[in-house]
Amino acid sequence: MSEVEVDLIEGFRNPEHMKALAALIKKECTSKINIMEVCGGHTHTIMKFGLSQILPDFIEFVHGPGCPVCIMPKERIDHAIALASMPNTILATLGDMIRVPGSKTSLQKLRAEGKDIRSLYSPLDVIKIAKENPDKNVVFFAIGFETTTPMSAVLVQQAIEQNLSNIFFHINHVTVPEAVDAIMSGGDAKIDAFLGPSHVSVITGFKIYEPIAETYHTPVVVSGFEPTDVMESVLRIVRQMNEGKSVVENEYARAVSREGNLKAQELVDTYFEQREHFRWRGIGDIPMSALKLRPKFSAFDAEIVFDEILPKTELNDHKMCICGDILKGKAKPFDCKVFGKACTPSNPMGSCMVSSEGACAAYFKYGKLNLKGAKA
Amino acid sequence: MCLSIPSRVVEIDENNYATVDTMGVKRKVTLDLIAEEVNVGDYVLIHVGFAMNKISKEHAEDSIAAYNEIAEAMRDGEISDEEGNSNYV
Ligand code: SF4
Ligand code: SF4
Repeated sequence: MSEVEVDLIEGFRNPEHMKALAALIKKECTSKINIMEVCGGHTHTIMKFGLSQILPDFIEFVHGPGCPVCIMPKERIDHAIALASMPNTILATLGDMIRVPGSKTSLQKLRAEGKDIRSLYSPLDVIKIAKENPDKNVVFFAIGFETTTPMSAVLVQQAIEQNLSNIFFHINHVTVPEAVDAIMSGGDAKIDAFLGPSHVSVITGFKIYEPIAETYHTPVVVSGFEPTDVMESVLRIVRQMNEGKSVVENEYARAVSREGNLKAQELVDTYFEQREHFRWRGIGDIPMSALKLRPKFSAFDAEIVFDEILPKTELNDHKMCICGDILKGKAKPFDCKVFGKACTPSNPMGSCMVSSEGACAAYFKYGKLNLKGAKA
Repeated sequence: MCLSIPSRVVEIDENNYATVDTMGVKRKVTLDLIAEEVNVGDYVLIHVGFAMNKISKEHAEDSIAAYNEIAEAMRDGEISDEEGNSNYV
């Protein structure tokens, strides 16, 4: 194929393995397969290593809603902004969250204006901050899928054990199966198979995808993050499709089991319960697709304690932004009219461009390697 | 991105914190999410300061060998490394 292919395959621990996998996939794949990778980490691997370039045209990757930053609706960001604007308050969160624009400003801009807003490496740091600042309110804006929920549970547990009364949680933990279900039950996303998220599955176990594989007749292969992991998972998907099967397979057996991490699941269950509704940015309201603190712990719940100051208006994205269709697997970043023009990573209009795991950001950064996407 | 590089436990303190070695980089993580007993020498998978589960020794050594090769390729400029922040899926 191209020079790119040679570059990519060289330098790997096992170039023979990569080549062999690509050759097998080419040989065995005889009709078009749309594979949704739910997780932003896979999007990153696919784009960074140009996997769609190595694979036959039959394989089309569709990016799913797998990044907690991308799916955060503006009104929740406005909550964070309102909380961070309170006097005597420290707001802490993870990842690229502080860069995402809310309706009027972002946490980053607010920080530049002098508010105490911190982007943490580890959620555990929030306990330290609360202890070091006993005269201040510390609010943790918790984000993430099933991977990070147990970590927030540990924080609540530690806050209780250590008698910390100045720490509050704004919980935005969302769940993968409900989101996938919402996308599939809509009927207009043409997805034949899924790459299952890695770290989510470490916690939940791969059993959570069994209803999806069964209901929608889509193979699900839980995959690790290395390029060879993704290639092998694609091969397994091709083989399932050829055999007319649709089951959950676990390519990432070195870290994932069927049952997952039971202690983590128990911790989550102790501190959290399902929210009736959560609005996903671009996708809309998905019932039972997120968690909140159990009422027993409402003294720690920022949404309850600071209810009065939290804006209640639901807000949609800029009209030009098609993140919603991207998250639903109906469009590619290149289809967006402002992609790479009015919307770039340094000046993002939507969060798919902000988040480093966002589809738009990945296409922007590694787009040259993935010209197949441009034609689509 | 969470590359899921296995980390080796080199020390455990009384607060259930472990010092782990991830391909030569040392850091502290909590073992609060792991039900089984963790001992010095065991391998764990780390995500934002938490050990998420134990990994068998052979699997861990396999992955580490893989990452060493990738790291080498990066040093030789065959793959570029410009990772941003991870968003903790
Ligand atoms: S390029 Fe920007 S505006 Fe367009 S879909 Fe992506 S994030 Fe939204
Ligand atoms: S960037 Fe957007 S589309 Fe990609 S994984 Fe994150 S949320 Fe999903």
